[in-house]
Amino acid sequence: MAEKIKARVMDAAKIKRSLDRMTTEILERNRNLKNLVIIGIRTRGIYLGKRIAKLIKDLENVEIPVGVLDITLYRDDFAELETQHMVQKTEIDFPISKKDVLLVDDVLFTGRTIRAAMDSLFDLGRPQTVQLLVLIDRGHRELPIRPDYVGKVLPTSKREVVQVRLTEVDDVDEVLITEPAELK
Amino acid sequence: MEFKRRHLLGIQELEVSEIMTILDTAESLSEISTREVKKVPTLRGKTIINLFFEPSTRTRSSFELAAKRLSADIVNFSQQTSSVVKGESLKDTVLNLEAMNPDALVIRHSCSGAPHFVSTFCRSHVINAGDGSHEHPTQALLDALTIRQHKKNFPNLKVVIVGDILHSRVARSNIFLLQKVGASVTLVGPPSLLPPEFGQLGVQIAHNLDKALEGADVIMMLRIQRERQKANYFPSLREYRNLYCLTRERFRLAKKDAIIMHPGPINRGIEISSEMADSVKSVILKQVENGIAIRMAVLYLLLGGKERETAD
Repeated sequence: MAEKIKARVMDAAKIKRSLDRMTTEILERNRNLKNLVIIGIRTRGIYLGKRIAKLIKDLENVEIPVGVLDITLYRDDFAELETQHMVQKTEIDFPISKKDVLLVDDVLFTGRTIRAAMDSLFDLGRPQTVQLLVLIDRGHRELPIRPDYVGKVLPTSKREVVQVRLTEVDDVDEVLITEPAELK
Repeated sequence: MEFKRRHLLGIQELEVSEIMTILDTAESLSEISTREVKKVPTLRGKTIINLFFEPSTRTRSSFELAAKRLSADIVNFSQQTSSVVKGESLKDTVLNLEAMNPDALVIRHSCSGAPHFVSTFCRSHVINAGDGSHEHPTQALLDALTIRQHKKNFPNLKVVIVGDILHSRVARSNIFLLQKVGASVTLVGPPSLLPPEFGQLGVQIAHNLDKALEGADVIMMLRIQRERQKANYFPSLREYRNLYCLTRERFRLAKKDAIIMHPGPINRGIEISSEMADSVKSVILKQVENGIAIRMAVLYLLLGGKERETAD
């Protein structure tokens, strides 16, 4: 499907700078790093989570465990989806009960993904706290959810699509605003 | 890869890509059964009826647990306690159950083709849980998952299936599946239970187990179905055991890293010695474990997503 690129809002340097800043904020807020675990939401949240774990390791020399969460089974629109989503593995091989969990995702939009992620999380244990980090907050929330750490607030129209591309999967670090081609 | 089928009636009509989608989905879902809370909300509000016209513990409870782990509601129906004993026909039974608005029917029946017949007139998704001596698709899928976990790749694998091939729906489904994915299949059994017609499926036919086991990667033992043996397909159980029982001596003829499979229930000391059934080479209980993941995957793929208009 052809799509129009409307703007390139972040490049590799900007992404790096926001991750650096958010890492500092995480360190400021979480005195007890030993209790912190990072859980990335598939797919790009995993890589953002891993990058933050690496930054914390470099700054504080503390190894933060990183888990992977697949929210497909917890979607609230499961029965209405036109196309089926492949379920992928949730890989969290450490206990999350009584931990400070940092949920990481690339784009925060309606808030439904985060709702699903939290439901999924509570089936795995009872965290002490849950914090949310997103690279992009594009607005249009449909649920009472707000992020604790934001890379960039990006006002968008509902029609637009925000694409976060990361070198780990897309060979480039950038954030684009695109619009699907007009259907004629 | 999207799974577009409405029913799961057999392996024969599946494409390789569909088989792989089921196996991959099962692999992802298997983690749920290891959690403390073994349940996800995915199929909440869906109703599934287990319709078993033949006795079964493993398959029925496996489907039941699979449905429950996905939060679907499941009702068990068995022939002994139903109106079937009062003479109700299969079609009437199904129509009556359908009036209760289920989303899927899991059917086991002693007549080959019964699930296919039901799928021609019912609204629900139909899953074949074993029909006569035709197919048992979820068993072949869980066997394939087990093989893939131990052997990584299917092409060039030598799989030996031993025993009562004639009556075995498990064997048929496995033959179809293994051939599609490129494994080489050798069938072994007495001529009365392994008629030469099976050669037309493109598999090797052998009557001597010792010879057939040479170079085997996977040994799949089938149960001697004593309830179907009234017609005397072989002279005695003792003779069968002497010729076809998997013993430690015979197992040495296969590859060193060969695995032993059995769809259960096993007759210890008839088709497989107790020692081999319990040995480290046996993956029989892993098969049972994988059964739940496979059935979760099938329910997920059939019942998930929007109702599709067209029936296949």
